[in-house]
Amino acid sequence: MTATSPNFDVSTSSSASSALTSKHLKDKLFHWGLYGAAAFVLVLLGAIIVLLFKGGFPALQAFGLGFFVSAEWNPVTEQYGAAVMLYGTLVTSVIAMLLAFPASLGIALFLTEVAPVPMRRTIGTAVQLLAAVPSIIFGMWGFFIVSPLMATWVQPVLQAIFGPIPLIGELFSGAPAGTGILTAGLILALMIMPFITAMFVEIFNSVPPVLKEAAYGIGATTTEVFKAVTVPYGRTALVGAVMLGLGRALGETMAVTFVIGNANRIKASLYAPGASIASTIANEFPEAGPGSMKLHALLELGLALFVISFVVLALARWLVRTRIEG
Amino acid sequence: MTNTAAAMRASLAAVALMGIFTAPVLAGDFTGAGASFPAPVYAAWGADYKAATGNGLNYQAIGSGGGQTQILNRTVDFGASDAPMAPEKLDSGKLLQFPTVVGSVVVIVNLDGVKADELKLTGPVVADMYLGKIAKWNDPVIAKLNPGVKLPDLAILPVYRSDGSGTTYVFTTYLSAVSADWKGKVGAATSVKWEAGNGAKGNDGVAGAVKNAKGAVGYVEYVYASANSLTTTQLQNKAGKFVTPTVPAFQAAAAAADWDAAKNFDASMIDTKGDTAWPIVSATFIELPKDPKDAAASLEVMKFFDWAYKNGDATAEKLHYIALPAAVKDRVRKAWAAEVKDASGAAIWK
Repeated sequence: MTATSPNFDVSTSSSASSALTSKHLKDKLFHWGLYGAAAFVLVLLGAIIVLLFKGGFPALQAFGLGFFVSAEWNPVTEQYGAAVMLYGTLVTSVIAMLLAFPASLGIALFLTEVAPVPMRRTIGTAVQLLAAVPSIIFGMWGFFIVSPLMATWVQPVLQAIFGPIPLIGELFSGAPAGTGILTAGLILALMIMPFITAMFVEIFNSVPPVLKEAAYGIGATTTEVFKAVTVPYGRTALVGAVMLGLGRALGETMAVTFVIGNANRIKASLYAPGASIASTIANEFPEAGPGSMKLHALLELGLALFVISFVVLALARWLVRTRIEG
Repeated sequence: MTNTAAAMRASLAAVALMGIFTAPVLAGDFTGAGASFPAPVYAAWGADYKAATGNGLNYQAIGSGGGQTQILNRTVDFGASDAPMAPEKLDSGKLLQFPTVVGSVVVIVNLDGVKADELKLTGPVVADMYLGKIAKWNDPVIAKLNPGVKLPDLAILPVYRSDGSGTTYVFTTYLSAVSADWKGKVGAATSVKWEAGNGAKGNDGVAGAVKNAKGAVGYVEYVYASANSLTTTQLQNKAGKFVTPTVPAFQAAAAAADWDAAKNFDASMIDTKGDTAWPIVSATFIELPKDPKDAAASLEVMKFFDWAYKNGDATAEKLHYIALPAAVKDRVRKAWAAEVKDASGAAIWK
């Protein structure tokens, strides 16, 4: 740094004071530069909201709030409603969370408390590698490998087990096509599981050993230490990790598009094809004509996804705060 | 982190609208954007043309909708779309539309023991499958068309394109033409409200989904079916004859189209007359400004397609596209001379 600045090479008194002002100026520039960088984020966020709102406004005008409850998405008659996509987005994300959360908790606990040290490193690295796999790879793998497996093995078995039970049986009814809401939820779970696991491991490792050792010292078992020390200590961070995983599941596009079956219908069965907000935008956007109602409807869908993501984050904040206070 | 990423993905939509994707252009080079169906043949022609003249084509396959947006905003020299543009839009956008090559759509199935081009289907039967009205392969309606073919007691799983596409436009236009029920319930567009089945992304997605599930039926562009040796079916044409999807059958359909009556070259090749014509055939189109800002680039576009009309048929056929009849090519050249004018009102194409 000093080598590139000529002011520091000279040692007369006048240039020393100019060096000071120059230093002061640089400081100020740096200061405002940082402000600018932070402001850029806000401007970007604002621009996205304004753009989505402006683009989606004609759809909101045409269909009103009914847009969010209508299950009709018909490009031929230009009738657009978001219910199918909202349902698909939420249900696949919930399935993903139900599957991924216990699995992540188990893997993270195993890696931090139970596994021998050399094994921790190997599996830990594998989990992190899995978290870095691009979503399109998960989508192709889901489409070519998982969905035929689901159609021939998993879905008929689930149908045989749950089919006879009233109400729950409905969830597993219909022809097992391989693709559909359930498969999409499963793929999402597999995608966010390494992500959540990696964060869980970090959180569990950050628990001060002295706390755990104290608990073991008074005779607590591994399970008791986990329940009474590790989880309460990292609770806020754990909720944050789960919410980040949920956020990823809500907005996931390519993997879901491959396996969700892409149908604009709501069926009780989890085997039925559906659509998510992100998959619909990815599917329909390239052929949405300029200034068409379809384009407006797609932008409004984007706004809806934005709002859902915002609500999830807000909820996470609120959960974390009440737990700290309680 | 990912929450904003999701929202940004959506806002990319708008960025594309503003035409940010336009790439820098070298002297003598010209740009186009739009349909992905003819992209392989445009790329091949572009490479040959560059070798012949030194001028390069920069074509971006962003989809027909995107191509129409970009040419209306004049961010490219020409737009390309599979579905013809609405006449009002062509008028208000001061655009000339002309066809380049012809493509066709075929029906594919996944049934044990059924060979390629063995199964016979009619348009109304295919429509009823996609409406969910014919649900089993051993339905008497299908059995009656196929004496001697052993059809299983298996559910029919229709597979369609989940992404908006020209292929879907052509296929649903055909179904609307042959089935009143389809026309009333679903209609024709680049994406429609499907009554039954699963959607898959792209031609490869549909082909993959059909391969994955026994009893599946799908539709893809012929280019794709022939390259991947998929199990295609016969279809009944307007003359009542069953035809197999072959290049001569597509050429017969292109020749039978009524180009004289067609406005903006939007001649229907769907379900044309003729004993040998394949029923699902359609042209893909170019949109060129009638009042180009850059007359030199516009001339270059016309020179390129003129060159392709003269020298590109073999390349097109190697890629399984059908070349236009010679009379149609001449008609396009006449339209260029009559309709594309520079700032002084003089014809650019002479």
